[in-house]
Formats: sequence, C-alpha cells, structure tokens
Amino acid sequence: MLQQWKPDPTFYPSPKMAIEAPIEDVAYVAAPRDDDKPDAMCVVDLNSASDTYGQIVNKLELGVRDEIHHFGWNACSAALCPYAPHPYIERRYLVVPALRGSSIYILDVKEDPKAPKLIKTLDANEVESRSGYTRPHTVHCGPEGIYVSALASAGSEEGPGGIFLMDHYNFNILGQWEVERGSQSLSYDFWWHLGYDVAVTSEWGYPAMIENGVSLEDLGERKFGHKIHIWDIRHRKNIQTLDLGDDYQMILELRPAHDPTKAHGFVNAVLNMNDLSSSIWTWYKDGNDWGIQKIIDIPAQAPENPDDLPPALKDIGMIPPLVTDHILSLDDRFLYVSCWGTGEMLQYDVSDPFNPKHTGTLEIGGITKSHPHPAAGPVSGGPQMVELSRDGKRLYFTNSLYVAWDNQFYPDGANGWMVKADVNVEDGGLELDPNFFVDFGESRAHQIRLQGGDSSSDTFCYP
Amino acid sequence: MDTVSWLGYTLLGVYHGINPGMGWLFAVALGMQEKRRSAVIGALFPMALGHAISIAVVVFIIALAQRQLPEDVLRIACAVILFGFGVYKFFSARHPRWVGMRVNFKDLTIWSFLMASAHGAGLMLAPLLLRTPAAEASGHMHHAHASMAGDAAMLLSAVGVHTLSFLLVTGIVAVIVYEVVGLALLRKAWFNMDLLWSIALMIAGVVILFWKH
Repeated sequence: MLQQWKPDPTFYPSPKMAIEAPIEDVAYVAAPRDDDKPDAMCVVDLNSASDTYGQIVNKLELGVRDEIHHFGWNACSAALCPYAPHPYIERRYLVVPALRGSSIYILDVKEDPKAPKLIKTLDANEVESRSGYTRPHTVHCGPEGIYVSALASAGSEEGPGGIFLMDHYNFNILGQWEVERGSQSLSYDFWWHLGYDVAVTSEWGYPAMIENGVSLEDLGERKFGHKIHIWDIRHRKNIQTLDLGDDYQMILELRPAHDPTKAHGFVNAVLNMNDLSSSIWTWYKDGNDWGIQKIIDIPAQAPENPDDLPPALKDIGMIPPLVTDHILSLDDRFLYVSCWGTGEMLQYDVSDPFNPKHTGTLEIGGITKSHPHPAAGPVSGGPQMVELSRDGKRLYFTNSLYVAWDNQFYPDGANGWMVKADVNVEDGGLELDPNFFVDFGESRAHQIRLQGGDSSSDTFCYP
Repeated sequence: MDTVSWLGYTLLGVYHGINPGMGWLFAVALGMQEKRRSAVIGALFPMALGHAISIAVVVFIIALAQRQLPEDVLRIACAVILFGFGVYKFFSARHPRWVGMRVNFKDLTIWSFLMASAHGAGLMLAPLLLRTPAAEASGHMHHAHASMAGDAAMLLSAVGVHTLSFLLVTGIVAVIVYEVVGLALLRKAWFNMDLLWSIALMIAGVVILFWKH
C-alpha cells in the first residue's frame, strides 16, 4: 500500500480541535431486520443543501439475521497518539460486526462515501477460531490496532466474553487482548482513558440470556451484569472491579471524558430491580484507585392505560425508562440519555460530573405512548442509539435496541426511524427538527456513525 | 574524522530530531497531560539516551564488521540493507505498537531505543562510517591496541555529536510546539516524515557504494 504524504484530515489531536470540524454530509446507519431479508448498512444524506437531504440514498445488503449492531472506523484520531504515531493511515473502512451472526464486514467508503463497498468478510468461523470469542459487539480504533469486544467465549457461548485485537492495515484478527482478566466474565462495551493507560469494560449478558428476548428468569435471578472493570492497558490486566450492586442489572455504554487529562466517565445501568428505574453513574479516579457513584436516577412511569402494556410488562404495570444508550459531547459538557421505554431524550449538563443539571427533554415514541414526530405522526419504538455531531449541535438518534427485544417491548411493530434534534450549545436545551424524519420501513435502525467522525468514534491523546 | 564527517553526524542528528516520531511529539504530549513544561524537558533526556544506545549498537556493529570483512563486501552488504529497508519502509506503514502514556525514565529510554531502531536511525549513519576506512580513521595502522582505542573514541564521539544535535533539535521543537505553536501544527504542517525517511534510507544505500574519502 502506498502511503499518504499528509495526515488524514479527519484526525484531530484534541477534542477542542475536533469540535471545529466541518459539518457531516453523510451518516451510516446499521439496519438489521426481523425477516429473511438481509441486514443493510444504510447511507443517509445529511447535506442540507442536497435534494436527497434526510433520505436513505444507498443500502449495502449484508447477511441475513446477522443483527449488525455497533460498528466503527478502522482508524481515527488515536492514530496521532504520540507513543505510536501513524497519522498517514486513512479513515476509510467501516468495521461492522454482526452481533448475532458473529461475522465481521469491512466496508470501504473512500471512493464514494455514499456507496460503501464490501471489501472483506471475516466469517463467524474465522472470527471465533482466531479470537476465541463470539458475538462481536463494540469497535474502537486504538493506537495499536482495532479493538473489538465480544459477549462470550467461542466454545461455551458463555463467559468469559472479552476483547480481541484486529490489525488496522489488513484486518487480520490478532487474538485475545486480555492477559489477566481476574474475575471478569460478562462483557459488553469498552473504552479507555489513554492518558491514564486505563481501559474500562462493562457487562451485559451471555447470548442465551438475550437472543430470544430478555430472559425474565435470568433477570429475576439477577444474572445480568452489574459491574464495570478497570484495566491496566499496558499490561492488559484487570486492576479493579467496581460493583454497582446486583439491584442494578445490565451496565452498558461507557462514555469516558474526551479530554485525556480528565479521569472520569459515565455509564448507564438499565434496570434497578427494586423500582425499574434506570440510572447514570460516574466512575472516577480516586488517588491510585477508581470509584463509582450514582449521579442520576430516572424513575419508571405509570401507563395511562395498563391494558396497553406489552406482555413482558403486564404483571409489573409500569413503564421502565430502559436507558440503553447515552452520548457525551466532545467538550465533556452535555450528556444525552435515551429513555427507550418512556420515549424521552434527556439532556444533562455534566460539567461537574458529580452534580448533573437537567437542561432539556424531548419526547418521541415510548411504550404505550407513541409520542408523534411532526413529520410522521405517532411513531413506534423510542429513542435508542444516539449520536452527536462533533460540534455538539446536531443530535441524531434511532429507535431500535435489538430485534428480539424490540419485539418484546414494542410487539405492535418497531419500524425503523432516525430523527434529528437541534441543540442549544450555549444554554442547553434541544428540540426535534420537524422536517427531519428518515423512514426505514420494515428495517430496524440501530447505530449511527457520521462521516469523518462523531462523538463516540475517536479518542484523543492531547487535551 | 574530518569536517565532512562531523557535519554529517550533526545534520543527521538534526534530521532525526525534527521527526515527531523520534521524540518531541511524545515530550509535548507528556507536558500537556501533566500541564507543566518541566515534563516536556524531563522527557528529553531519556529519549536522547535511548536514541544514543540504538545508534551506538549499529555504529559498533559496522565498525566490527569493518575489521572482519573486505571493504567492498561490507559496502555492498550495507547498501543492500539500507536500500532494502528503505524500500520496505516506503511501502509499509507499519509502526511500533507501543501503548502507554504513564512512562518513567526507563520506559522512555526503551521507547526511544525502539523507535530509533525500528526507523533504522543508526543505519542512516552507515555512509559516514564507511566513508572513512577503519584504519585510516584512527591513523594507527600498525598499532592494533592504540587503533582499537582510537576507533572506539572516534565512534563514541560520532554517537555523541549526533545525539547532542538530536537532543538540541528535538528539545527546541518540543518547547516551541508546547509553548508557542500548539497542536494545530500537527494538522497543518505535519507531512509524512516516515516516507521522506524511507527515501533517505534508499539514498544512503546508493551513496554508500560510491562515497569514499
């Protein structure tokens, strides 16, 4: 491969500089399905001057019943990290794991960003035999390669799940990342504080606990994850486990501060078993150790008509908020929290990570609620995967969590959609763009990635 | 050594010093992480030490080879290695896969040694070394012991001069970037030093064949 003479223009040394990045023109959205048609990577036109603004302009079909879910770039601003700089690598490939099918697709978007090309498929066999893991989930571009987390071990389909490395030039799987995992067994998301040589991992459930819908039995027995793990990234060693307590089930998305000199981050606990509330927690460096503290409780709500509740919630009679995703702006100021059950997108000012201020709410969808969108009327599902432009002004989100879970909580249908909210970055507050509604029809719509980078794609090594 | 050699070792030190991958970028990042200039300065010395060790290893291996191999054989062997390594670096963007920002003196020394070695920094000095035949350089053809001591002193001063200019340049760049220019430089002015570097290696491979004192 011939090298580039200049660093990739989408790499920024610091989050402050990334905030000044140009406005995104294109979004890539993972669109899994619940039938025998293939999942697709959809391209949404975000150029407001374009005739096809806010429409799906291309679909690249991938596998059937694969559940493409989260995905990431082959390279990002972490390539500028000073201890292993390689800024001439290009951000041009999307690494797309299938959470159910376990294969990994490599898409090239360089030639025409609106027409991704499938250039390589690592089938499930290859992924499992080379990594030792199955059900690949989160992808992050790191200083030494591509890191991918996975839910379980390849043979047992149970613990331990973990992380494996991929080469960022040829996409070969290099193998298991962990050297000493300690007590860690459940796996889900991971991210890091590169300035502190520390990685953080979270816990969901094993495939059998999630693939036919949430196993209410396992939930009753509190078998889902309730911890996060802190790792020494140089020695790939679990150095501390922070237990939120088994009242809290499913600890999912990790959002560390983007400023590498800060040592705190935010994680969501989906369910409090006592009252069905969701919560946001702050982990933080405390001397030589790490601590975690709950900062936001989001209570369950009573339905207007309990008869409308889906079977999974009939006995309980309440709507849990089901906070299943959140995103932190690049200036580490605003946290956006998706309440998939109650149909709300909440905005908090987390400048002080221990004293969040609630600064905005918008409503759309929701179990039994179906809050309408101005351009589409009542909608199914609720705010789920959320992504924020690098300047923090445009918030995009979709409505699907995981096909089997969509069906469980939204049994009347969960046709996919993507919407946009405009953010007041000075004073806080957000409102739906009444003209932006992307209809995915019978496809579901999950993670969004913005061309050139977004607020969960890059890691920065300079403040 | 003559003026050309001194100048050569010094200029190669300057060249290695301005390459962000050799040290100054890491020093700047450490300063920013710690929010103090002394962290920038403190990082420079272990970096210079690691660089010097990497250079010295190559320099002494070549000097030994000079005593054991016929001059033409060594010249051709070095040319092939230099040119081949340059071609490899031209087409391959592979980079050392070090991970870690919380580094002490020892870590930084090892890091710098690895970076210099992986870039073939020492190899780049080969044309200067082979330019002067070992015996002639020391000037004591008939006195083996004196010659070896003289050689060693000459080689050490070559490594020393090179390292000093490396330290000076990488330090000046680091402080200027940290204090004045800032990180915008990385986006605007950073061009592929590694690609230029690979071309320099290839040129050195050709030069070594013909450049004699």
